[in-house]
Amino acid sequence: MERKLGEMSPDEKQEALFARWLSPKDSQGKDLKFQSPQTEKAYKDRVTRIKDAIQMKKLPDRVPVFACPSFFPMYYAGITPQESMYDYAKCCMAFKKFIMDFKPDGHLGAYVPGTGRALEILDYKLYSWPGHGVSPDASYQANEGEYMKANEYDALIDDPSNFFSNIYLPRVFGALEGFKMLPALTGILEMYGVALNFIPFGLPPVQAAYKAFFEAGAEALKWIGAIGAWNDEIFAAGFPIIVAGYSKAPFDVLGDTLRGTRGIMLDMYRQPDKLLEAMDRITPLMIKMGLGAAQMSGHPLIFMPLHKGADGFLSDAQFKKFYWPTFRKVMMGLIAEGAVPMPAAEGHWTTRMEVMQDIPKGKTLWMIDQSDIAAAKKTLGKVACMFGNVPSDLLAVGTPQKVKDYVKNLIDTCAKGGGFIVSNGAFFDQAKVENVKAMVDFAKEYGVYK
Amino acid sequence: MAKDLVKTLADLKEQEVIKIVEDRLKANEDPLKILEDARKGMEIVGKRFASSEYFVPDLVYSGEILRTVTEMVKPKLSKAGEIKRVGKIVFGTVAGDIHDIGKDIVVFMLDVNGFEVYDLGVDVPVQKFVDKIKETGAPIVGLSGFLTLAFDSMKQTVDAIKAAGLRDKVKIMIGGGQMSDEIKNYTDADAYGKDAMAGVSLAKKWLGVK
Repeated sequence: MERKLGEMSPDEKQEALFARWLSPKDSQGKDLKFQSPQTEKAYKDRVTRIKDAIQMKKLPDRVPVFACPSFFPMYYAGITPQESMYDYAKCCMAFKKFIMDFKPDGHLGAYVPGTGRALEILDYKLYSWPGHGVSPDASYQANEGEYMKANEYDALIDDPSNFFSNIYLPRVFGALEGFKMLPALTGILEMYGVALNFIPFGLPPVQAAYKAFFEAGAEALKWIGAIGAWNDEIFAAGFPIIVAGYSKAPFDVLGDTLRGTRGIMLDMYRQPDKLLEAMDRITPLMIKMGLGAAQMSGHPLIFMPLHKGADGFLSDAQFKKFYWPTFRKVMMGLIAEGAVPMPAAEGHWTTRMEVMQDIPKGKTLWMIDQSDIAAAKKTLGKVACMFGNVPSDLLAVGTPQKVKDYVKNLIDTCAKGGGFIVSNGAFFDQAKVENVKAMVDFAKEYGVYK
Repeated sequence: MAKDLVKTLADLKEQEVIKIVEDRLKANEDPLKILEDARKGMEIVGKRFASSEYFVPDLVYSGEILRTVTEMVKPKLSKAGEIKRVGKIVFGTVAGDIHDIGKDIVVFMLDVNGFEVYDLGVDVPVQKFVDKIKETGAPIVGLSGFLTLAFDSMKQTVDAIKAAGLRDKVKIMIGGGQMSDEIKNYTDADAYGKDAMAGVSLAKKWLGVK
């Protein structure tokens, strides 16, 4: 009989999530039907290979290889990023071509473009996307700002959900302006609460905001219908997706989209205690967010894009005081419930490796970009599986031979004893097809453990 | 005895800086002298950043303090203070890319090192670079970019500078997220700077500034 989740140790919980990833469900919740026994074997071999690399207990049969692009599949398939955000069939076609042609062990699915129409309905201001602020040929990019003001820490700390619904969402979505008028739902306590608190919901701006909410929801549902069917098809062909959902380091939650880079850096001087308190408040929410995604998808890996803790962005002392403690807490919270945090350290993080190795062994998977990988192998790499480091510039303007040489050196340096996966180091748009192919094919050829 | 504004600003003591400036303004001191001290303080900030004693948050904070000082002093200024500049640089994030953090750091460092920087902002069309070079006669161009799509935008920008007959009149540096010497060759720029300090050294070298 299966043991209840509550009775399991973190290790057992992780095994249970890996077991679910090994035997996936389809988008309707039924056992996934593979195309053939061969593709089923290929799928399970791939997941097992990745699992062994992550857990660092057993040597995989060979070094796994990922291909994690941003909008590269669109250019490769001959469509624009704009088309991929509005025509879900085209988006799926492009990603399918990418997976089938390059055949990586692990990839990120077809989630990257998302739904442009929902963004339009909501009048999203936080990002510019193809055809909306950037050219149809470009990828979407964030518009930094102080979407949370310097004097709003108490509002966030007192009630994060209310802060998001009534203050943050109306700022980043033009169509949700009316949410400013929403009551605190915790006021609906008894008879009086009903009449009084429902008044705002009758007001035209609030109703207009909800109308946009519903329309965007309907569009998102249409999108996930296409993506869900695509997932079924790609899993059935033997190719697992490597992430179940995402979470973030609390410093980045505040520094990326709430206070902005400038805002959070000033807060470190002017109101450090409020900043620390707010990060503590957000920590359990980030854990829940990741765990919810892992449980829902039946898959342990939770992507955590890291930003403002990179080399140079903070001093060592600032990193230890402001970035690392709550980032670590989020990871530990995920690990306790069996999930595998997958932090992506884009850019340079070499100076952080010593600090970041303070985590349990075999419980995380790190995307490494331009950090000194040989040095990282001796610190973080002792306790954690790493993937990445094949540089974007090499993929864009190098030659297949140079890519092979790079991958060879990478495997020689990092893959001995397991705990390493070959991959590009940053999510790329532009690359030469033959270079991406060389990365994947050569890793498969040279990475076999003998 | 009033505390030293140069040192106080360099040490990022915001409240003390404000107090000193208030006192000096009250004492009817020449506002230009206050600004000159503030500039010297910023120069020290730049040096500390270059020697890894300071990091990005310190730059941001010092910029904020300087802004406050400038606002306090401005009403008292009769004539605009002329600061001697060592050379002109046209700078911007290339077309299609709207990232500005890295660019702003380099611009900041160039500025505190005495360069006159024409910051064109982000997602800068090729022609705008060409026009600004013509207008200012700047001998140095800085191209910033974070995304891989900036590889091609940078190449197109350099091509346009060539087409306008300006290539032998300017030195071009590139920098940002995924840039490298490989990309420098690809775009046919003159140099790749791996960080803000490298950008400053390149500019100084090219203009023969010590």
